[in-house]
Amino acid sequence: MAAIPWKKWAGTDESIKAVRILVRREIRDALRDWRIVTPIVILTLFFPALMSFVADLALDWVARYGAPIIGERIIPFLLMVVGFFPISFSLVIALETFVGEKERNSLEPLLATPLTDAQLYMGKMLAAMVPPLLAAYLGFAVYLAGLYFFKGWTPEWELLVLMIALTTAEGLVMVSAAVVLSSQATSVRAANLLASFVIVPVALLLQGEAIIMFYANYGVLWWILLFLIVVDVILVRMGVHLFNREELLGREIDELNLGSVWRTFKTHFVWERWFFGRDVEKGPFWLKLTGTICGLYLRELPALLRRSWLAFVLVGIGICGAVFVGCDLAARYNLPAEALRLEELTPEVFTALPDWGWLPNFTPLGIFINNVRALVLAWLLAIFSFGTLAVALLMAPLAIVFFFAAQAARLGYDPFLFLATFVLPHGLFELPAAIIATALSVRLGAALMSPPRGATVGENWLRALAEFTKAFLALTLPLLALAAVIEVYITPLIVILTFSRPGW
Amino acid sequence: MIELLNLTKKFDDFTAVDRVTLSVAAGEIVALLGPNGAGKTTTVRMIGGILRPTEGRAIVAGYDVTRHPREVRRRVGFLTEHPGLYLRMRGREYLEFFGGLMGLTARETERRAIELLDKLDMREAWERRMGTYSKGMRQKMALVRALLHDPPVLLLDEPTSAMDPHSARLVRDAIFTLRDHRRTIMLCTHNLTEAETLADRIAIIRRGRIVALGSIAELKHRLLGPPVMELQLACPVDGVLDLVSNVVKIDGYGDRWLRYTTSDPQVTNPRVLQLLASHQAPVVTLSELPRSLEEVYLRVIEEM
Repeated sequence: MAAIPWKKWAGTDESIKAVRILVRREIRDALRDWRIVTPIVILTLFFPALMSFVADLALDWVARYGAPIIGERIIPFLLMVVGFFPISFSLVIALETFVGEKERNSLEPLLATPLTDAQLYMGKMLAAMVPPLLAAYLGFAVYLAGLYFFKGWTPEWELLVLMIALTTAEGLVMVSAAVVLSSQATSVRAANLLASFVIVPVALLLQGEAIIMFYANYGVLWWILLFLIVVDVILVRMGVHLFNREELLGREIDELNLGSVWRTFKTHFVWERWFFGRDVEKGPFWLKLTGTICGLYLRELPALLRRSWLAFVLVGIGICGAVFVGCDLAARYNLPAEALRLEELTPEVFTALPDWGWLPNFTPLGIFINNVRALVLAWLLAIFSFGTLAVALLMAPLAIVFFFAAQAARLGYDPFLFLATFVLPHGLFELPAAIIATALSVRLGAALMSPPRGATVGENWLRALAEFTKAFLALTLPLLALAAVIEVYITPLIVILTFSRPGW
Repeated sequence: MIELLNLTKKFDDFTAVDRVTLSVAAGEIVALLGPNGAGKTTTVRMIGGILRPTEGRAIVAGYDVTRHPREVRRRVGFLTEHPGLYLRMRGREYLEFFGGLMGLTARETERRAIELLDKLDMREAWERRMGTYSKGMRQKMALVRALLHDPPVLLLDEPTSAMDPHSARLVRDAIFTLRDHRRTIMLCTHNLTEAETLADRIAIIRRGRIVALGSIAELKHRLLGPPVMELQLACPVDGVLDLVSNVVKIDGYGDRWLRYTTSDPQVTNPRVLQLLASHQAPVVTLSELPRSLEEVYLRVIEEM
């Protein structure tokens, strides 16, 4: 699979001209399709005007009941809705962009022109984005003009900039993801089915944004914008990397071949027996078994972990971030002294932990299952978030640990002793297990972005899945089991012995 | 102009094109024949710089398709199997779009487009929406698109497949004109009559490999044996059978005709005629029995 010669493309007049020609044609073609134009016009002109009217009514209505704040919060929320509805059309246009042309047989003549892959990709992406985005901006203008004339309401600059930036970033997320889907799918139908991978996360994000808007917490929205920009960069990079003529023309059917899936998985799951150079294959059963175990633990897994160094670096950065967040929160939110009296800890405090509601049964099995569940959830989230949410899920408990360590320090305890007693005994096994599983989840998520030369996205993903499974079974599960036993039987003992002694 | 050396294309485990070696000179038309799925389209896609070969080399108009695919695409006119027009566009907009992508100015595009449309009797299509075109018009418009930048190499996949006889004739004439202007032309077709009419050489491809290559006469000779000549006389053949059998081996005869096979008609036929003339036998005609390309093709496909 050839990557796009980006440097050759970027910046030349000829390239810009080619992209412009392509974008102009695409937009002209889209604007001749009444199925696209009609909803865009409705959502650009009529819908914002209606929202403006609704906002006007809502303001009057809530003012009558002495709750003007609700009205104030509705206006920005409706502004977000007015912007989002037109850009949702970018998804429809983008999904259709390559695979639709392929179905209509108009793609091959285009591929036969001197256009580079990058020019094609950029042209198609811009063409899918520009009309809905302009419609969204126009929708903003209509909505705000209505509010200005009816109510004399003008938005804060921060809100306006934020809404424009969020709408643009959301549009780019949808378009870049949809273009990737469109270039990988074999039919418009398949592309539409795959679109749920875009629609569901964006819908969840919008719900989150809506809640935040009702809290009027614009600081969080700036963070969401930053997150969207990161996702944009990832998706555009992914599109640039995956997009090429070979994939577009070489793929005719998307038949699910379970046999082939299994073979690919198995190829990357199995490993060679090895026992210090001895001919294991011709030896007795015990030697083969020893060779299997040695091959796995002394050769296969170390090589796998070395290959995943970049994912470990990312997880490391996430851990540093968790330490910072935990300490920062501790500095801002102080626990009262009576909340953390370590010298009063008794074994019953540990066994009563499940009474807090969200903690597991304080038994080895309870803790083991809880940890496995968390790492499986991280693995699942990694698939839909290019690995980022797996790191976030690891960061959360670590941030809590460092929050308490920092609180302990503030209350006069030694934070290193706190960590050495509360975390280290079982953490020696639990943390490596969690880091390995998270790093391989990150690889699994990132496998979708950049398959190595000669491999398809599916093959690369199956390889990452096989490697994750291998490491999870051979390393993570045994380490977690051991950690759970230590956490239940040894860690509380060490904590109580350490902190219940007078003078600490 | 086109040089293929062990050109191979694999899709995963499937080998679509297997070590194809072929050269097509400027001013030559080569027809690529083969059953569906034989690898014709994949071959022309590689030649056109759209697909990257897995192995082997393809040099087109002086450029390697692997190293300089863009330069290759600039110099190739590619008529795809399906016209693939944008039906909401007018002919003028469509050709301006492709002219722009090929690096032509608007003025150049218009001049060239109108010249080609006139040649193909399509002038009225210039301002019409392509959705209103007939199948044949769509095919001709696609041909105009492929010829717009006056490429030195032409890859034509089923150029007359949807056309009425008049249009097909116009297109064939255009192809001959292009050959006269020393364009290199590769033709993919299932229409064997058309291939026979147009092509200087035929390449038959099966399961990704070229299994027969040569001029039509060479292929017929190689695959169907030496040409069979039929001699028609104005008198019964009985009187001349002995005479003729001294020169050639007679395959069959009737009341006033006889047939013989000769591997060298240029030498044999004058001798036969001379002999008959010296014995004052009234010759009506001496001609080669027609053997179609279809026979050659079927022989190749059945045998290989």
